[in-house]
Amino acid sequence: MSGNNERPIWVLQGNEACSVGAVAAGVNFFAGYPITPSSEVAEFMARHLPLIGGRFIQMEDEIASMAAIIGASLAGARSMTATSGPGFSLMQENLGLACLAEIPCVILNVQRAGPSTGLPTQPAQGDVMQTRWGTHGDHAIIALAPATVLECIELTACCVSLSEEFRTPVVLLLDEVIGHMRESVAIPAPGSYKVRSRPLPSDDEEDYQPFCCRCNDVPPMAHFGGPHRFHVTGLTHDERGFPTMVPAEVDKKIRGIVDKIELKADDLAMNEETMTDDCEVLLFAYGSSARVAKASVKDLRERGVKAGLLRVKTIWPFSGKRLKELAPQLRTIIVPEMNLGQLVTEVERAVAGVAPVRHLGRVDGHLFEPDQITDFVLEEIAS
Amino acid sequence: MSQAIERARTYLKPLKKLPTVWCGGCGLGVVMGSLTRVISGMGIEKNKMATISGIGCTGRLPTYIDTNSLHTTHGRALGFATGVKLANPELTVVTVMGDGDSVAIGGNHFIHACRRNIDITAIVVNNCIYGMTGGQYSPTTPHGKRGTTAPYGNVEYEFNIVSLAAGAGATFVARTTVYHVRELDKLIERAIRHRGFSVVEVVSNCYTSYGRLNKFSGPVDMFKWMKESAVTVKQASDMSPDELVGKLVRGIHVEKDQPEFIDVYDKLARDLTADSSTVNQKLRETIESYERLGDRLKARIG
Amino acid sequence: MTKDSGRFEIRLSGSGGQGLMLAGKLLAEAASVCDGKNTVQTQSYGPEARGGKSKTDVVISAEEIDYPKATRVDVLLAMTQVSADEYRKSLKEDGLFVVDSYLVDDPGHDSAIGIPFTLLAIEKCGRALFANVIALGAIVELSNAVEWESLEKTVLARVPSGTEDVNKRALDVGREAARSATGKAS
Repeated sequence: MSGNNERPIWVLQGNEACSVGAVAAGVNFFAGYPITPSSEVAEFMARHLPLIGGRFIQMEDEIASMAAIIGASLAGARSMTATSGPGFSLMQENLGLACLAEIPCVILNVQRAGPSTGLPTQPAQGDVMQTRWGTHGDHAIIALAPATVLECIELTACCVSLSEEFRTPVVLLLDEVIGHMRESVAIPAPGSYKVRSRPLPSDDEEDYQPFCCRCNDVPPMAHFGGPHRFHVTGLTHDERGFPTMVPAEVDKKIRGIVDKIELKADDLAMNEETMTDDCEVLLFAYGSSARVAKASVKDLRERGVKAGLLRVKTIWPFSGKRLKELAPQLRTIIVPEMNLGQLVTEVERAVAGVAPVRHLGRVDGHLFEPDQITDFVLEEIAS
Repeated sequence: MSQAIERARTYLKPLKKLPTVWCGGCGLGVVMGSLTRVISGMGIEKNKMATISGIGCTGRLPTYIDTNSLHTTHGRALGFATGVKLANPELTVVTVMGDGDSVAIGGNHFIHACRRNIDITAIVVNNCIYGMTGGQYSPTTPHGKRGTTAPYGNVEYEFNIVSLAAGAGATFVARTTVYHVRELDKLIERAIRHRGFSVVEVVSNCYTSYGRLNKFSGPVDMFKWMKESAVTVKQASDMSPDELVGKLVRGIHVEKDQPEFIDVYDKLARDLTADSSTVNQKLRETIESYERLGDRLKARIG
Repeated sequence: MTKDSGRFEIRLSGSGGQGLMLAGKLLAEAASVCDGKNTVQTQSYGPEARGGKSKTDVVISAEEIDYPKATRVDVLLAMTQVSADEYRKSLKEDGLFVVDSYLVDDPGHDSAIGIPFTLLAIEKCGRALFANVIALGAIVELSNAVEWESLEKTVLARVPSGTEDVNKRALDVGREAARSATGKAS
């Protein structure tokens, strides 16, 4: 990476980069409540949104913040909030409404060590399962995890795009290390990504039905104040948006919001692989842990161990496709996570016993060191 | 008059079959009637209005009103309304909430909405009980009155919603009852026309849950109670605190001019972008660089 | 030093209010925006950064930086006794250890270089808050962590307008002090 005029270099903090990505992807509404280690996002938005025709508001809590971004999205805005564990817990209620009522919005969760107030300034990856299952009832969710500051830009923009495309809330799951570190970034070349807009009904469509879809399509979404008026409810509803208790309609609705995402899991999978071609030991990681795993893979190769890294950027929906393909060649799969075993359960499910899966957990509020992962791998293959 | 009623009826969703989910004799029908008369009378375009509610019997009201409508989670109507209004200030935004909805689970949102003064109207239908869940006591159940969770009489003391809203800084606060229908029409219209956050508390009757537990003989008995215990703001000003015990003071309690949130925010934004000395050169350059990045991101749209 | 290849780690430590976070950001920017290197800067957050111990790590490399934190430090700056005691063990065997001799009585290290940054700031620039920029000038002179021109350009672009001259003087004061501390002629 070197500086030239085509690709300027910036040094950005992760949280700042997320904000830049959001603004660049057209986010024009932000509601949030201060919480470490995510407050820099709110501060950025408060500074910039009034200058680019958007609006910022600091709400009374995270419950209201989530409500406000859903309301804004319904009125046509591209909306976002940012929080950390305790606030994310409070957002679960209305996150469920956004899933059921199919309203696009983006939630940044800069993970810190929990549970409860935990360690506000220290990193963790303990919200992986809360992201998937934190709100009650059957639903699906999209969640992406950046490992670099450049990815904070790219994946935030990607979250905006996916939320619009799928009419669903999307979570950017970063951790304190990524959110707070500053890193040099070569600004992406023009046309590097595609930021989509929500599917719209045509203005003259008669009898617009806001939740009517054919097959597993995403239903077109009008907005409050536009040519179509419509009803939205957190009650289970029919294709017109009105409450229903008819079993066939209820079943169709719930399967619809799950299938539109889960059936696309392999398409949505974004991975980065390092030396996986001939690897016998696979490290599976995401977020800041994956950076350490990468350093460890290099160490292990120098020691003659055929190690490789599969880093996932898409956490949810989980795609086991690459793992299934790699499993037959592997002696073991090691999953380092800053938790006591969350995404590893999905890894185990995907490889279904074809290769042994071992978890390396760390919950002391600190990032792994490369030696810790390397030593663990060496012990595993010796035994 | 009948023409006005006909016009009001056109503000009910044609697809929703009446009757409503509400019990016979419930005051919510009166509130819905009043709201449709007011918005039809004001000529508010249906597509340019959003009616937003939380959970409970009152929460079902937007389902019937033929505007954009949003039935949210318990207590959160004002949070959603804040987002809707900020994203599209052209919309007339009216929230309808019950007493438990607005000042128990939604109490925090309520006081902060009062303080912010965003141009939203909050109609609070106060029936002094949790009706839909079967009659549990609420923050407005008077001390000593019964609920299914206050079987020996309410140990707690009730909120005065008008005082709460006024104390929290709402710029328009009024109260009436479902018995005083003409006043209700007038107050809802005044509230919607008010530029800023407006609160109309509508004292209502829940015979099914509150009335039966508290020795009312039927819905009509409860209307009589409202008629007899209501005094106007003017009458109340001449009454002693002892005389005011148990009285419902109806009319406009607060009406004041204070700059509205979005007006202030947008003026600030205009001043910032227009005045090159305010936005320093570095900030301007930074924004331009984000815009360039945005162009790079957007290059492949379509 | 090893600025042309591999990983180079710099740790700036002291107490909150000494401007070390800003110094870390400036180093990272000089290294990447001007020198075209990859950089990662991390820092201490939370209660410990509010007036207590404060530290920032800058990792510079021509190659991709995977592990973001410093482990074996090439350059350690300690602006207080507490930070010298705390972080000296993170220094590489042949690493460069620079302390503010005005505030650090005992670096506890044989080859530590002592320069009275805070005193120089007061005497030559009029205010103690220039100690961070003087220190930057000194450690860049001693380590070549970034090109001198890159440092100067970055510092002058980032400081409040109207303070360019005094900041440039601060950098030069640091460079001179580093040269005399190591016996190099200026």
